[in-house]
Amino acid sequence: MLSPYLVITVSFIYLFILFAVAYFGDKRAEAGKSIIASPWVYGLSMAVYCTAWTYFGSVGRAASSGIWFMPIYLGPMLSMILAWLVIRKMIRIAKTYRITSIADFIASRYGKSPLLAGLVTIITVVGIVPYIALQLKAISSGYEVMTTPLDGIVKSPSVWWSDSTLYMALILAGFTIIFGTRHLDSSERHEGLVAAIALESVVKLLAFLAVGMFVTYGIFNGMSDIFFQASAIPEIKALLTFDQGRSFAYTQWFAMTLLAMLAVVFLPRQFQIMVVENVDEQHLKRAVWVFPLYLLLINIFVLPIALGGLIYFGNAPVNAETFVLSLPLAQGQNMLALFVFVGGLSAVSGMVIVEVIAISTMVCNDLVMPVLLRNTRFGERSGGDLTALLLFIRRIAIIGILMLGYLYFHLAGEAYALVSIGLISFAAVAQFSPALLGGMYWKNGTRDGALAGLSLGFAMWIYTLMLPSIAKSGWISEDFLNLGLFGIEWLKPEQFLGLTGLDNLTHSLFWSLFINIAAYVAVSLWKRPSAHETSQALLFVDVFERTHIAQPVFWQGRAKVTDLLHLAGRFLGEKKAQRLFTDYALEVGANEIENIPENATLVQFVETNLTGAIGSASARIMVASVVDEEALELDDVMRILEEASQLRAYSVALEEKSRSLEQATKELQVANEQLKSLDRLKDNFMSSVTHELRTPLTSIRAMTELMLDDPNMVEEQRLEFLSIVVAEAERLSRLVNQVLDMAKIEAGHAEWHSNEVDILDLIKQSVSSISSAYKERGVVLELHTPKQVPLIHTDADRLIQVLLNLLSNAVKFAPEDKGKVELHLRDSTKGITVEVIDNGVGIAPEKQNLVFEKFRQVEGETNNQSGTGLGLPISRQIIEHFGGHMWLRSEIGEGACFGFFLPRKKLDLSEKS
Amino acid sequence: MLKGMTSQRLIALSLTGIAFLNFPLLALWDKDIYILGWPLLPFGLFLVWGLLIIALVWVMEKRKPN
Repeated sequence: MLSPYLVITVSFIYLFILFAVAYFGDKRAEAGKSIIASPWVYGLSMAVYCTAWTYFGSVGRAASSGIWFMPIYLGPMLSMILAWLVIRKMIRIAKTYRITSIADFIASRYGKSPLLAGLVTIITVVGIVPYIALQLKAISSGYEVMTTPLDGIVKSPSVWWSDSTLYMALILAGFTIIFGTRHLDSSERHEGLVAAIALESVVKLLAFLAVGMFVTYGIFNGMSDIFFQASAIPEIKALLTFDQGRSFAYTQWFAMTLLAMLAVVFLPRQFQIMVVENVDEQHLKRAVWVFPLYLLLINIFVLPIALGGLIYFGNAPVNAETFVLSLPLAQGQNMLALFVFVGGLSAVSGMVIVEVIAISTMVCNDLVMPVLLRNTRFGERSGGDLTALLLFIRRIAIIGILMLGYLYFHLAGEAYALVSIGLISFAAVAQFSPALLGGMYWKNGTRDGALAGLSLGFAMWIYTLMLPSIAKSGWISEDFLNLGLFGIEWLKPEQFLGLTGLDNLTHSLFWSLFINIAAYVAVSLWKRPSAHETSQALLFVDVFERTHIAQPVFWQGRAKVTDLLHLAGRFLGEKKAQRLFTDYALEVGANEIENIPENATLVQFVETNLTGAIGSASARIMVASVVDEEALELDDVMRILEEASQLRAYSVALEEKSRSLEQATKELQVANEQLKSLDRLKDNFMSSVTHELRTPLTSIRAMTELMLDDPNMVEEQRLEFLSIVVAEAERLSRLVNQVLDMAKIEAGHAEWHSNEVDILDLIKQSVSSISSAYKERGVVLELHTPKQVPLIHTDADRLIQVLLNLLSNAVKFAPEDKGKVELHLRDSTKGITVEVIDNGVGIAPEKQNLVFEKFRQVEGETNNQSGTGLGLPISRQIIEHFGGHMWLRSEIGEGACFGFFLPRKKLDLSEKS
Repeated sequence: MLKGMTSQRLIALSLTGIAFLNFPLLALWDKDIYILGWPLLPFGLFLVWGLLIIALVWVMEKRKPN
């Protein structure tokens, strides 16, 4: 055992750490730097689903019925598969209309009905009370296990004020108050709280895995050892079969899975975390698999711990629900047990805090406020700021809910297993599913239908599940259970109308949901929905189809800005209201608050913001009290909708037009750029050509003038000059030819004479015609060619031109006397590859792109005079004409390799000639 | 709602999940056989569960082709 002081001190330290995290998270959120804006945090915070039920109850359940703890986690798995479709829609609706609770969601959908909001709140409070009791029971029995000697007997407290569960409830209430109601937020978001919940999820997972590892590998020799030992004991082995003697086992299994599927969406804390606290819809994408993965991990060790505990303790009277604590304690692992206890505390506190905050908001907004606001005396007195009052109501509600949980714990909790208590709550919140899901996808559902379905379903739940749970604990007479109400046999709560064979949960779930759905659909179809119901149905069902600009506003009448500002100030605080209105004024283009146009959009803006603070039903009442409204008929709704969709059509058309205009502009711009660059190219070309022509002309002119001026010139010198003139003239004509050639090729007027040619032959011809230049410079030319190459379809003269160009370039680059040039020819089915490699100085990488441009001569060329700067560009044009490509590979000091690839089959670029 | 590829995949996956986790497919695992030390029934449930998560990861995290 551990000292109670140690356990209590550690618990408090842990709770304060959580509070510090929450405080830090809130501060960061105020500074605009959210610490929860991550799909991982979002997914982890969803694991608030794992409460004391998972932590202690699952093991207990597994120890009594094997795999039957699993449907509670398989249901969420299935729900999460559909979350991207369903929960994303809920998030979108809630964000668009500032909905902050499940009561508000349902009420808002059915025409902002205060009655419906109140009913949903009552169902939630009554339904969740057992669940809170479960947490209190779990943590207090955990605490007892921690602080009682191993073989000691747990004494029940003699007087109420020595009952540790009561103190536990009060402490949790205190923490819930400081977590959730420190200030009023108009969107009911608690960033810090979410951060703390995500942290709690990590702690409880780690603690549970730690104890799982300890039991599996510390006490036993791995999972197979546990299962092997379990299979030797008949009672334990029986747990590993499916039905274990149940009737309708698969029906029960299905019912429980369905129940969990619904609960994971409709439990107030799940709605709070998944919908209200969601930062970004896109986070859902990852969270939908992170959350089921978390559930899988936390459940892996449930069966080993449960079976291990059963084997270890044998017949000793140890509660299976506290195996996670009693196993480490029995082995003397006190610190591990303490860590596991903190994990359990995480599970409990996370659940209680989020659940109770969510319910307290509902109680305040949907139960207390509507009553207060209707009270005329209250209306007269409450001219001032009401934010303090709102917070006060919520705090009282928090304490009240926890006390109710404590009360139920005493009434029924002690007789029931944890899981059975939790399932009662699950069945209660499942009643919301027809009205809520129906409301999201079916426009014809009406307020009366929802009211009928919910109240009948809830009544059925009370009669078939809640009351029996209290009766079985001995607080009310069990007669109605055994004999039926008023002694009428077919009114027996657990065999309603004589339906036998099902367990009480499946029985209750069937009857309550069946009657709920039947009433909802039947009453909804009884008469047409009213104008207000229709307008809200349209807003909910078609939420994805409405863009922000064309949101229809279903309101008509007259309103004054000053009245609305005053109203907003009362519920949101004076400063906040001023800021909201100033921002709104900017948005609609008014320079001052007084100049805001007093139209339906403004009324809707105020109502939406009030909805965040006091719920849609109360907001509706309050706004209606300060404006002059005209009743909305069904025709008006249709007219407004028509106008909105027309507006939407216009805006879509406008968008379309501006997009195509933009597109055209862009295309024109590109064309213009192309023209400009072509123009620049042409200019460059002209200036290059004239420049290149001038050089030989200048030298011809200089030579001839010299000869003209000096008639007595020595014969030798005259001959030398004349040979220079001839050489320059040759260069000039070569240049002119090449320019013409280039221009022809570029313009597509070149003549091509293609036929089947032998490339080896062409190489031979080229080499023989250039061999003198190689000899002159003392450069060795090596040929590396295959013996035979199939014929290729090309223009022989042009290809020789290319080969000569490459070979003559190479010889110019190769160093005199030590130079070596290699010509490689490779043949493949696709085409031929020719590479000419020299061992010259090479070309720097940044210059390599330039060599194929016109009039760019590469630096380092020894006899610069003979080049025209057109050889390579022309060669490339030729190769590209035949569908090939040309390249250069080189590094400084490593020589250069020019090569080209010529495909065997020319891409069909029709041969013009 | 059912237009996108993702939506259709999710619906198909959820139906697959419901089918595999209920009668009669579930009954196939209810046998006195051990795999990797685990009894077949819990082993099968965890296996289906894990495969569903993997499929869900695939559907949700798959990048769109464009």
